[in-house]
Amino acid sequence: MIRSEILREIAPILRDQLVICNIGLPSQELHMIDDQPTNFYMLGTMGLSSSIGLGLALAQPKTVISIDGDGSVLTNLGTLPTIANNVADNFILLIIDNGSYGSTGDQPTYAGKKTKLEAVAAACGCENVVTCQGVDTGEALQAAINSKQMTVIVCKCDSGNIKLPVITKDPVVIRDRFMTAVAS
Amino acid sequence: MSISKKIVDDFVANDVSFITTVPCKQLAGVIEEVEARPEIFHIPSNKEDEGMGLCAGAFMGGKRPAIIMQNTAIGVTINTLATLIQYYHMPLPMLISFRGELREPVACQVEMAVHTKALLAQLNIPTFHFHKESDADELDAILKYTFMCNKPVAILTDASFWGGYGDQ
Repeated sequence: MIRSEILREIAPILRDQLVICNIGLPSQELHMIDDQPTNFYMLGTMGLSSSIGLGLALAQPKTVISIDGDGSVLTNLGTLPTIANNVADNFILLIIDNGSYGSTGDQPTYAGKKTKLEAVAAACGCENVVTCQGVDTGEALQAAINSKQMTVIVCKCDSGNIKLPVITKDPVVIRDRFMTAVAS
Repeated sequence: MSISKKIVDDFVANDVSFITTVPCKQLAGVIEEVEARPEIFHIPSNKEDEGMGLCAGAFMGGKRPAIIMQNTAIGVTINTLATLIQYYHMPLPMLISFRGELREPVACQVEMAVHTKALLAQLNIPTFHFHKESDADELDAILKYTFMCNKPVAILTDASFWGGYGDQ
């Protein structure tokens, strides 16, 4: 199962939540599958999906799901201790771990080799770390939402991309409609 | 009143309630003051670009954020400033320890100091330089300006402003 198939499957769950979506193909895929004002698409700044999501979760009470990738988490590995030490029970970090830098041509990441992000997250102090296979992502995500406990989900899946257009929405439009949805 | 207390008073008066910090020796007093205030959620970050991500999220969640960091961080946050804070039009006061200026004891700090203002100018980031303690009288107006225009704004605070490093 590849990332776009997982996003298509969990879209009905994501629809009711605030979502911070990682740069590149993940945002393009989510935008194409189910564009919602509750989605914040990152058009730049690789690595910060989890940081933006944590900041948002700490600032207001609604559930926040950061969709991240293994390569992006590796880019900003310092995020995991910050998450662990600033618990926001309305925050879920969903790491789609396909072992590759998908948006740049599926070059392998270290997470696809010896590094286990679930073990890194646990070692950083994250208390609820769930590992699942791609096909079980919806179930794991819904359970994390229901638990009302901060959760890191590491979703193991295949690498692979689909062809799709870039997002042409103006960033200020994305941000403004997202903030309106947050405040509503 | 200590200068650190005055600075944090201005943050609180301007409803800044979410502050991330990466430490610098010069900023120790102000970070301690931030940590002590119940009006402020203080979240230390491991790297300044991570901190800017936290601030972006907090802003979208309805809080007024700020970052406190050293000028060396300008080197590691240019992409985040350009593609997140500026691109999405977000306000971000940056209280920056300006290392490498007069009274600096560590030579290597000068290497980044000589680039600091040039980089900020290249990024079109409004920049204010606090050299004397009375310069901080403008902080209240600078914070109002930042949240008026939705831009990152740099407040450079040098060693003379903080009272130097003692006998050198």
